[in-house]
Amino acid sequence: MAKKKLKVRASGKKGYAVIKAILFHPMATGLRKSKETGKIIPAHYIQEVTVKHEGAEVMKVNMGIAVSKNPYLSVEVDGAAKGDKIAIGWLDNLGETASTEVTVS
Amino acid sequence: MNNQRRSFLRKSMAGSLVAVSVATGLLTPSRVLAVWPKEAFDATKINDAMRSLLGAGQFEETNQVNLRTPDIAENGSVVPVTVKTKITGVESISVFALENARPLAISADMSAKARPVISTRIKLGKTSKVVAVVRANGKLYGATKTIKVTLGGCGG
Repeated sequence: MAKKKLKVRASGKKGYAVIKAILFHPMATGLRKSKETGKIIPAHYIQEVTVKHEGAEVMKVNMGIAVSKNPYLSVEVDGAAKGDKIAIGWLDNLGETASTEVTVS
Repeated sequence: MNNQRRSFLRKSMAGSLVAVSVATGLLTPSRVLAVWPKEAFDATKINDAMRSLLGAGQFEETNQVNLRTPDIAENGSVVPVTVKTKITGVESISVFALENARPLAISADMSAKARPVISTRIKLGKTSKVVAVVRANGKLYGATKTIKVTLGGCGG
C-alpha cells in the first residue's frame, strides 16, 4: 500500500467546522547535516497547503522550513455544516503534491 | 590530415554544446510556478521577512491577538503554536521565530470564510521569541512570547 500522505478530520460545530490535518512529510530544512554521512540533507519541505470548502478556496497556508516534521495543522471554516466536503492539498518544494477530501462529520 | 583535424574539432564542439544545453535543462526543472513568497521565507531577519510578506516591518502589539504556546519547550523540533484573534477582517496570520535561521515559519492567507484561528507545530533552534502577526484591514497586529527551549530542533 502506498504511504499515506495526509490524514484529515473535519468535525462540525455550530456554524463552523474544525479541520485537523496531519501532513506526512520529512520537512527537511536543507541546513542540517546527516549524522552518518556528514553531508547536508537537501531541503524538502511543504510550501503550500490549500483548504477548500465545497470547491471554493478558503485558506492558503504557506509554510517555511521552520514547520515541524509531519506538520500538524488545525483551522476553522465558517459556515461549513455536516455533510459538506472539505478538501486539503499540499505542494512541496520539489513539486510533489498530495490531496484528500473529507466530509464534515 | 589537416582537414580531418578541423572536422574533428568541429564535431567535438557541437557535441559539447549539446551536453551543455542538456545540463542546463536538468538544472531548471519544469516546475509549476506557485505564488509562494520565496523572498519572505528566505529572509534572515524578521523585519525583512515582514516587509516582503506583509508590506511593513512594524506591527502594533495588542492583546487582541492571542498567541498560545508552551513557556518551556522540551523538544525544540516540535513546538505547538496556536494563534487566535478577535479582530475581524483578518487577511493573514503569520508566525515568526526570531532566533531561527529563517524567521518566517508559517503564514496563512485567509478568505472571509476562514475563522482567524490557526494551530500548528514549529521548530525552534534555541530559546527564542515567537511573534504572531495578524494582518487585518491593511494593518498589522501582533503578539510576542518567549519560549524556552531545552533541546534545539534545527541543526545537528
